[in-house]
Amino acid sequence: MKLNFEVDGDDFLLAGEASSQVKKVLKQLGVASDIIRRIAIAMYEAEINMVLHANGGMVDVDISPEKIYIVFQDTGPGIEDIELAMQEGYSTASDKIRELGFGAGMGLPNMKRYSDDLKITSELGKGTKVEIIVYLNREGD
Amino acid sequence: MKLEEVKQILNAEVLVGEDRLDREVLLACGSDLMSDVLAFVKEKVLLLTGLTNPQVIRTAEMMDIKAIVFVRGKQPDPETIQLAEKKNIVILKTKYPLYIACGLLYSNGLTGDEKKQEEGYEVKF
Ligand SMILES: Nc1ncnc2c1ncn2[C@@H]1O[C@H](COP(=O)(O)OP(=O)(O)OP(=O)(O)O)[C@@H](O)[C@H]1O
Ligand SMILES: [Mg+2]
Repeated sequence: MKLNFEVDGDDFLLAGEASSQVKKVLKQLGVASDIIRRIAIAMYEAEINMVLHANGGMVDVDISPEKIYIVFQDTGPGIEDIELAMQEGYSTASDKIRELGFGAGMGLPNMKRYSDDLKITSELGKGTKVEIIVYLNREGD
Repeated sequence: MKLEEVKQILNAEVLVGEDRLDREVLLACGSDLMSDVLAFVKEKVLLLTGLTNPQVIRTAEMMDIKAIVFVRGKQPDPETIQLAEKKNIVILKTKYPLYIACGLLYSNGLTGDEKKQEEGYEVKF
């Protein structure tokens, strides 16, 4: 099953709606709740990053019986040093973002923690692509 | 602990979900950082926070958190209330600051399984 979403970079209220939709679909498909939660968190972090750091973008979701594959593509400023950005606590978030409860530098580490595979490719000035894979039928590990 | 009891301990006002106070919470988490909540929280947790923007509700939704307490008497934005209604999340509001609200709940028995929290994580998926 394929789903795609456009994430509006100017609408903070709507940020998270794509993740919410996917969560609903996975529930309908009968995926185990701990796996759904891992996917929802990883997805939400990526979606929020897209809105806060890259002014929105596109999300493509591919659900098969064995896995979910999610691609976030934005045309934002890009990430200069991905390894550095992956470190817990690293954040370039503005005061405005911090006032909203984000900017702890935990989003990318969370995505890594909760996904089975995380791949980030980025080019400065062009944008960032985040790919997440979570396997669906490994119960309770 | 039932939400009804949380309401009494915190002398709280119910903003959303007056009819759903029979929900049970096992542990509480006090934080103003949503990514920390997303990193460390487990199921059936009550979230206490000084933040009142709609993304608090989104965060709760992703985590399957069923109830939130807004501390320091802060009134959430109307968008936040609407979203909580839509997502079926109970909202309470208390005058106590975060530290005291957490302390009151803890000392009244909302401690979770303390052994599991020693490493700082409440659970690992
Ligand atoms: N899509 C993106 N486009 C551009 N920069 C990004 C993107 N995603 C992440 N970054 C950069 O990587 C840093 C770390 O991201 P991460 O999600 O870990 O933390 P954060 O978003 O700053 O804070 P938190 O996620 O804890 O709220 C960000 O501060 C930002 O500089
Ligand atoms: Mg982030």
